[in-house]
Amino acid sequence: MNVLNLILVNLGRNKRRTILTMLSVTVALFLYCTLGGVLDTLQEAIKVGSETRLISRNAISLIFPLPISYGTRIASVPGVKRVGIQNWFGAQDPKDPHNFFAQFAVDDENFFPIYANDIEIVEASPPQAAMTLPEGMPPQLASYMTEQTACVIGAKLMTKMGWKLGQTITLAGTIYPGEWPFTIRAVYHAKKRSIGEETMFFHWKYLDQKGMGGRALVGVYILDLDAPSRAADIAKQVDAMFENSSAATRTESEQAFQAGFVSMYGNIPFVLRVIGLAVVFAILLVAANTMVMAIRERTGEIGVLKTLGFGDGTIFGIVLTEAAVITMGGGILGSLLAKWVIEGTGFNFGGFLPPMSVHWATVITGIAIATLVGAVSGLIPAWQASQLRIVQALRRVD
Amino acid sequence: MPIPISYNVRNVMQRPVATLTTAIGIGLTVTIFIGALALAAGFQAALLQTGSPDNAIALRKGADSEISSGVSREAADILRAGPDVAIGPNGRPLVSAELVVVANKERLGQPGSSNVTVRGVDPSAVGMRAEVKIVEGRMFTPGTDEVIVGQRIAARFANCAVGEKIRFQQRDFTVVGHFNAGGASFESEIWGDAAVLIPALDRDGFQTVTFRMRDPGRFAEIKKRLEADPRLQVQIQRERDFYAQQSELLTNLIRFMGVFITGIMAIGAIFGAMNTMYAAVGSRTREIAMLLVLGFLPYEVMLSFVLESVMLALIGGVIGCLLALPINGIATSTTNFQSFSELAFAFRVTPAALIAGMIFAAGMGLVGGILPARAAARQPLARALRAI
Repeated sequence: MNVLNLILVNLGRNKRRTILTMLSVTVALFLYCTLGGVLDTLQEAIKVGSETRLISRNAISLIFPLPISYGTRIASVPGVKRVGIQNWFGAQDPKDPHNFFAQFAVDDENFFPIYANDIEIVEASPPQAAMTLPEGMPPQLASYMTEQTACVIGAKLMTKMGWKLGQTITLAGTIYPGEWPFTIRAVYHAKKRSIGEETMFFHWKYLDQKGMGGRALVGVYILDLDAPSRAADIAKQVDAMFENSSAATRTESEQAFQAGFVSMYGNIPFVLRVIGLAVVFAILLVAANTMVMAIRERTGEIGVLKTLGFGDGTIFGIVLTEAAVITMGGGILGSLLAKWVIEGTGFNFGGFLPPMSVHWATVITGIAIATLVGAVSGLIPAWQASQLRIVQALRRVD
Repeated sequence: MPIPISYNVRNVMQRPVATLTTAIGIGLTVTIFIGALALAAGFQAALLQTGSPDNAIALRKGADSEISSGVSREAADILRAGPDVAIGPNGRPLVSAELVVVANKERLGQPGSSNVTVRGVDPSAVGMRAEVKIVEGRMFTPGTDEVIVGQRIAARFANCAVGEKIRFQQRDFTVVGHFNAGGASFESEIWGDAAVLIPALDRDGFQTVTFRMRDPGRFAEIKKRLEADPRLQVQIQRERDFYAQQSELLTNLIRFMGVFITGIMAIGAIFGAMNTMYAAVGSRTREIAMLLVLGFLPYEVMLSFVLESVMLALIGGVIGCLLALPINGIATSTTNFQSFSELAFAFRVTPAALIAGMIFAAGMGLVGGILPARAAARQPLARALRAI
């Protein structure tokens, strides 16, 4: 109890130094947790996909299409419930080509039912005429279904671009040349945080007619399964079916498909880890420096403590704890700040990755590292203090 | 008379531990700063060195990358027969109508796969890109299932060693050589004969047409004429400008990350420097009072302490530069999402980056030193002297 008081009083004796040290640990941990957050987000990007859905793409790479005829053949494989289509569109907003967002052409009657548990329609234009929608489709999509150029836009993208429901937007095609008018007929909201809300979906038929001249090429097939436990077998079966065709397929779980994008970042995660390490080492130095200065100033006082009967071990512990408390305080502040700021702003790397997040595991690791680093930085001054001979300590006039 | 600098030098030397820990803290920040600049410079260099200003590249109107472009065989023929195309030593026009696709291949040394650019070129026009040199094996034989692999990715992807077979679609291609392209992004590609690769990959037509201009000075005129031709529907750029533009997105991203990370680290390092300087001022209270009594003006005292802080930071800057030097030349790779393929490149620690690092360090010292220096200069004399 008395010892704890002593530590607290010592922390307060040079407030400026304690605060400066704590702040430098705070910014360091803020940075550490931000970098950790990028790694967490990459992890999350892998988890965007479901393990129970499969994606079939051309075996060479994503930019090669698959024939439309594969759809019915894939659907005939036992265990496959539905087969959806998704094509990357890659157009740009002509007013601001750098303002990237993803657009996909999808076959509505399969795509929306497959993703019914992931996205929900929150806003939609009223339908022009009564119509019966294919089974499993959200009823709000009636108006979207009756219009060839209609599109569905993510809620965040709407805000970001300042679009309104019912507005007609024109995009400039890159892969499919020309001007592409679209009318916004529905807005979706992601039910899972890991799914972005900055994507645009539109009718695959529109793309086929206007962009592919009716050649009906498919970007990827999405396979919804009856029997998710047999996913690996089904994937093998699909690939075997097309092994010797003009376009061989590569079928993998949606999760593995997403992981493929993450692995494209190459060495970036490694670079971030190295920087994180450098940051940790830098805090170690700042904290160590503070403790060395603090102890040097108190040489005489430590002599007095020892004279009063405090043991070497207690002195060692006092100094170590003092260091750890400073860095832990900074660590808690910095880590929580990172979590709060990053998740609060919803920063998302321009839509390439899901919204950035900092996992609690990263926050706790950060605090633990800060505390540990503080204790380590206190080792040398603590040892010096504990080894100090009373006579020497008291003799030194400062 | 200003306080001599030797006074500060001695002070810095007198507290070696504090000096060194503070300096290394600043040094690490400088290292990361230079590292980020070197990463951006290396990436940019790979694309800035790609292509020649004497070559023009034709892409389909509106295409923002080679893979999203498409040029029909008819359009390629029209371009090939154009009056502005230079003629090579073999009497053939220097034109390469190219297939550019990406193939997903397994990585070596790290898990996962990534996209590699596969470029089908016109064998008769390889001379148009003088920088391309075979460093191992030989050139592919036109009309055969042979490819050459850029030296930067040869060791990064499976089946890319000379003599190995690499599979595209249903056909096996033999790697017969590795090539160097003077650091250009071509070194991250696989090249073969377009006439073989197009049918093998089940494609029709080309992605781009690149040609050597007979008179590069007339580029503006050539561009205007070809872009106005309704049969072509192309956009014309200088080859070098086109590849430079392909680096924009990632270069900006790396710079932004670099500024963000080092900006935050700098704040931490400045706090560290302030701590050290406050301690320096604190332990020299009497000394400073003496200086003031001797007639040095407060602003001279302040200047002296700021200088000391900058000096401390510059030591850190030197440490940072020394730590950053070994990363020069380290090869790394990432996907350039503009071309949707892997680009291998080397960190480039440029003299400009080192100078920027030193200036950055001095800036941290300056900011960190001002408040402690002001505290030193404003000490009430009587109390400071009474401290004896």
